[in-house]
Amino acid sequence: MRSDLAALAALLSDRIGLAVDEGKHQAIEMRLQPTVAAAGLPNVSELVHRLSKGGDPALLDRTIDAMVTCETLFFRDRKPFEALRATVLPRLREARRAERRIRIWSAACATGQEPYSLAMLIDEQQREFAGWRVEIVASDVSAAAVAAAREGRYSQFEVQRGLPTPLLLRHFQRDGEAWRINDHLRAHVEFRRANLIDEFGRFGRFDIVFCRNVLMYMDVERRRDILQRLSRVLADDGYLALGAAETVVGISDEFEPAPDCAGLFRRKTPASLRMAANS
Amino acid sequence: MTQVLVVDDSAIIRKIARRILEDLRFETAEAEDGARALDCCAASMPDAIFLDWNMPVMDGYEFLRELRKMPDGAKPKIVFCTTENDVAQIARAMHAGADEYIMKPFDRHIVQSKLEEIGLV
Repeated sequence: MRSDLAALAALLSDRIGLAVDEGKHQAIEMRLQPTVAAAGLPNVSELVHRLSKGGDPALLDRTIDAMVTCETLFFRDRKPFEALRATVLPRLREARRAERRIRIWSAACATGQEPYSLAMLIDEQQREFAGWRVEIVASDVSAAAVAAAREGRYSQFEVQRGLPTPLLLRHFQRDGEAWRINDHLRAHVEFRRANLIDEFGRFGRFDIVFCRNVLMYMDVERRRDILQRLSRVLADDGYLALGAAETVVGISDEFEPAPDCAGLFRRKTPASLRMAANS
Repeated sequence: MTQVLVVDDSAIIRKIARRILEDLRFETAEAEDGARALDCCAASMPDAIFLDWNMPVMDGYEFLRELRKMPDGAKPKIVFCTTENDVAQIARAMHAGADEYIMKPFDRHIVQSKLEEIGLV
């Protein structure tokens, strides 16, 4: 069993970059019990055996769905959204006034609360964005999470965490015991399934990237690689948001904290790169 | 210390709400209907009120109207906390001057989130 769990940890690291240390192997086993039962398998060892053989992408998807953490809430951590509202969006509106286009990527969108929060923020500034094309792309490695995000249906508990009541009234409608996001807001977000360890350059260039609470589950080499590739899809004057417990310090030379926007990072300028090289 | 008055006819709800609020470092008091809550406010106006809708003697909606007529009655932040969960009722509460709205059942995460919304956490 121990070697099976080690093999599963290696497979998860290889496929989605998830770093699972040996002390958490027992937790993996517990977490996968529902997947094992739903697949009609006798135990986790058999699941690992099936996955190792390959040829069952649906089983791999369900395993990934079970392993990724989709705990999230609307306007999580607040500060990055406040920075967008007060500083970043006005600045980008000024910088992009010729093309009148802004692209935002929610790179680990889980069940959709983050991209919908971004869409609500843009909606709040709809007068300033009149005549603009604001695209919000949202992606996650979990097929189940992307499907839930696309559906935009949330429990009473979920809509009361982080979401101010006026925004609940403005953007949601009752759907039985749950709440469903209105079509006009859903239409602002394009959902895709994407694995951050794969190439994502095809998504195009973005002015703002939210990549929060995902790198923390990866080892340093993966984080470094993803941050380096994120720097290539982020506009020179764009902004990167990481989770409250995540940082670029000691991992990436591509970014530096944005001095006037708590919780956000910017690509290093040639001047700051020269200073770093000389220090 | 920030004072929160919990107004609900259910002793269990009052107990749960007080426990959560005291964990969040608020000073709490309680009343079991709107009329008693008005007495509490006359004696000492709280910073915020967790307010049930359906109560005997005086309901939450009527309490809020009376509260706003009192000297300093505009001061407390109002968080309706009720089983009423349809859009029209929520809109009515917000229109009546509520600052936030909690649909029961609630837990610590929801209470904390709503208090952050009104700037008390």
